[in-house]
Amino acid sequence: MTTPMTTLTAATRTKVLQRQGAAVALVLMVAVSWLVFPRFGSLDNLRDLALQGSFLAVIALGMTFVIITGGIDLSVGSLYALGGVLAAWGSQYGFLVALALPLLVCGLIGLINGLLIARTNMAPFIVTLASLLFARGLLLAITDEGANTYQIPPDSAFVELGRGTVFGFGYPIFIAAVLCVLGGMILNRTSFGQNVFAAGGAEQSAILMGVPVAKTKILVYTMSGTLAGLAGALTAAYLQSGVTVIGVGTELDAISVVVIGGTLLTGGMGTVLGTVIGVGLIKVIQNVINQIGTLDSNYQSVVSGVFLLVVVVLQRILRR
Amino acid sequence: MPTDPVIEVAGVTKTFAGVRALDDVDFTLNRGEIHALVGENGAGKSTLIKVLTGIHTPDAGRITRKGHISTIYQEVNLVPLMSVAANLFLGREPRNRLGLIDRARRSADAAELLTGYGITADVSSPLGTLAVGEQQMVALARAVEADADVVIMDEPTSSLEPREVETLLEVVRKLHEAGIAIIYVSHRMDELYRICDTVTVLRDGRSVHSGPLKELPRIELVSLMLGRSVNEIQKHGTTAFGEDHYAGREPVLEATGLTSKPRINAVNVAIRPGEVVGLAGLLGSGRTETAKAIIGALPLDDGTVLVAGKPVPHNVKAATKAGISMLAEDRKTEGIIPNLSVRENIVLAALPRLSRFGVISRARQDRIVDTFITRLRIKVSSPEQKVAELSGGNQQKVLLARWLCTEPKILLLDEPTRGIDVGAKAEVQALIDELAREGLAVLLISSELDELLDGADRLIVLRDGAVAGELEGAQLTREHVLGAIAAEVMDDADSN
Ligand SMILES: Nc1ncnc2c1ncn2[C@@H]1O[C@H](COP(=O)(O)OP(=O)(O)OP(=O)(O)O)[C@@H](O)[C@H]1O
Ligand SMILES: [Mg+2]
Repeated sequence: MTTPMTTLTAATRTKVLQRQGAAVALVLMVAVSWLVFPRFGSLDNLRDLALQGSFLAVIALGMTFVIITGGIDLSVGSLYALGGVLAAWGSQYGFLVALALPLLVCGLIGLINGLLIARTNMAPFIVTLASLLFARGLLLAITDEGANTYQIPPDSAFVELGRGTVFGFGYPIFIAAVLCVLGGMILNRTSFGQNVFAAGGAEQSAILMGVPVAKTKILVYTMSGTLAGLAGALTAAYLQSGVTVIGVGTELDAISVVVIGGTLLTGGMGTVLGTVIGVGLIKVIQNVINQIGTLDSNYQSVVSGVFLLVVVVLQRILRR
Repeated sequence: MPTDPVIEVAGVTKTFAGVRALDDVDFTLNRGEIHALVGENGAGKSTLIKVLTGIHTPDAGRITRKGHISTIYQEVNLVPLMSVAANLFLGREPRNRLGLIDRARRSADAAELLTGYGITADVSSPLGTLAVGEQQMVALARAVEADADVVIMDEPTSSLEPREVETLLEVVRKLHEAGIAIIYVSHRMDELYRICDTVTVLRDGRSVHSGPLKELPRIELVSLMLGRSVNEIQKHGTTAFGEDHYAGREPVLEATGLTSKPRINAVNVAIRPGEVVGLAGLLGSGRTETAKAIIGALPLDDGTVLVAGKPVPHNVKAATKAGISMLAEDRKTEGIIPNLSVRENIVLAALPRLSRFGVISRARQDRIVDTFITRLRIKVSSPEQKVAELSGGNQQKVLLARWLCTEPKILLLDEPTRGIDVGAKAEVQALIDELAREGLAVLLISSELDELLDGADRLIVLRDGAVAGELEGAQLTREHVLGAIAAEVMDDADSN
């Protein structure tokens, strides 16, 4: 039995810690790394860091929407890889095909995810687990068990999309930034965004309030699939080939950065900015561990895992 | 009144997994009327409403609607994590020139709108941080603002304080003046007679009466709802408390000097086994707080609680162990576990008592559950039915049964009959009485004066968080109580 007063302060506390907790950690991490590792602050390193983060940010953007509706999308890792392969294969037919093909196919798989989840009330976990397997299988089938790696012609315009730069900063960084700003606006400044919050916060109430919950869910999973495909296409353009082995476990990376960014895993609350900060945090940790050199790169996962646990435990405690 | 139907229902039937919730129901709502929809818990009122608004598809029958319908459902239907302003304008957000949501205007509009309903809370805070009554008012504001032709309210007052009820009735009157038709569901006879023109009575899913309300005597309305003759009801009366039975025993509960600034100040409460002590007072006089202080749910500045002469540490766990149980006022949002069965929900708190060496006797469970289902007239298809499928009032009866079957020594009841229909109300009162006869000490809080006068052996009157007087025996009359509280109570009290 909590009085309104105490729940209010708890809520404010939660808000501050969720919104600013990750940000504070990021600032601290950056400051310390800057001082301790001379190479960390070099422009080259920062550019590289941002570029690496941009691919994950695009995937995590879609995941943020999905998680706010109270769902989960396990298929994005596979769709990321599939998107890359489709883009590489499509690049022989020109820029447009290379870009559109992964978006369409991955978007379609996302749409099917959404339809199954919204219309048949199946658990998102199961549905997207099935598409994780499906997309990975499809990928292996069209690449001869992964033996066949499609290369993108180096003179193709599509390569420019992944490798072009402005002041040395790669195009994917700008693409991810624009998408995240758009995503934040959609979430907070459009009816669709409000519906996303309502669907995840209290589904039954949202239905009674006239929110098109099913439609919202379908759209959110379509978006997540499409964004994963786009991230794949950008990665392929950057690597100049459709690498078949990437994306294994990427869905878990995406989920962790979203949660570290303060989005409630149970739905109804979250921000795009938090997700971006979460991406930054994970990438800085990775970068630092690489700089230490003597440290096994597997410690990246150890540190990210600990971080995730701390955040989720904090969310639990603060929600009480 | 000329008939100009905005909603017409003919022969509607709706069945849930074998339960016939609506059976060949006819219902007509005319333009501009306030139409009361009444019936026992589980009679089918909420189901009829959900059929009208299209949430449920009827199995058979015809529905004609003209114009836009706006509904406040029985369960508070808002999103707790979203801000108050976002909830208020969800689906019709004010936009700027770019077509984006204008958040500043949304907040300003929300704040302005809510002041009209007596709510001054920060509109940017999550809705869930508001008190249940305030949330209900936000739901009301939302429904009313959606420029509707018909507004449906399913038990809008069941979680409101008397003052908020007045605000709500005022809103209803304004809607009425604006020519909006209203369907009003409530178990509070007073409200119905004050505002409604017409009444439709549902019983076991059938519409058994429809007509003007004013000409229908109260007792006849009750008899239509319960399906019993007027004579029978007169014989039993509408409250069912019996005689006193606590002859000269030592108090089992002694709470002294309970102080929690600024809400309560040096409140003393002593209850003997078998005694029912009532707490009377205005809204905000500290009744609920006193009960919470006794069970250890309110931080205390000062005060002690003794059970059978032994001090009880000030926390809920220790209090429960010492034999104190409390039925909270806002139980609508607390305690029900929707996906468990009725049986499981009832025995939940009593499990430790029912088990021997960790083994729980199913036969004993069934016996207890059956007793409560019959005594409280809980309408279920079987004890194994999920609680989520019960009507709102029946869910409350399940919670009441849960606390009653823990066999506490001291039972704190905060508005035990709220949201419960007239028939079951008498049953609940009779049960409280019977438990008291078996030696239970009861603290009874009720905003219905009659319930207090009939039920309590002694009344403690609170004013501004302090004891303003104690009434006993011949002093237990309306006049004495009203005198002790304040003149304003006259409005809130239930009159016959
Ligand atoms: N989703 C459901 N599944 C199964 N049974 C249901 C469902 N909804 C309602 N019922 C049953 O239909 C009957 C009518 O319920 P309804 O909620 O309409 O009652 P009510 O008149 O609104 O009662 P109250 O005064 O308690 O709110 C009850 O027996 C209830 O158990
Ligand atoms: Mg109901």
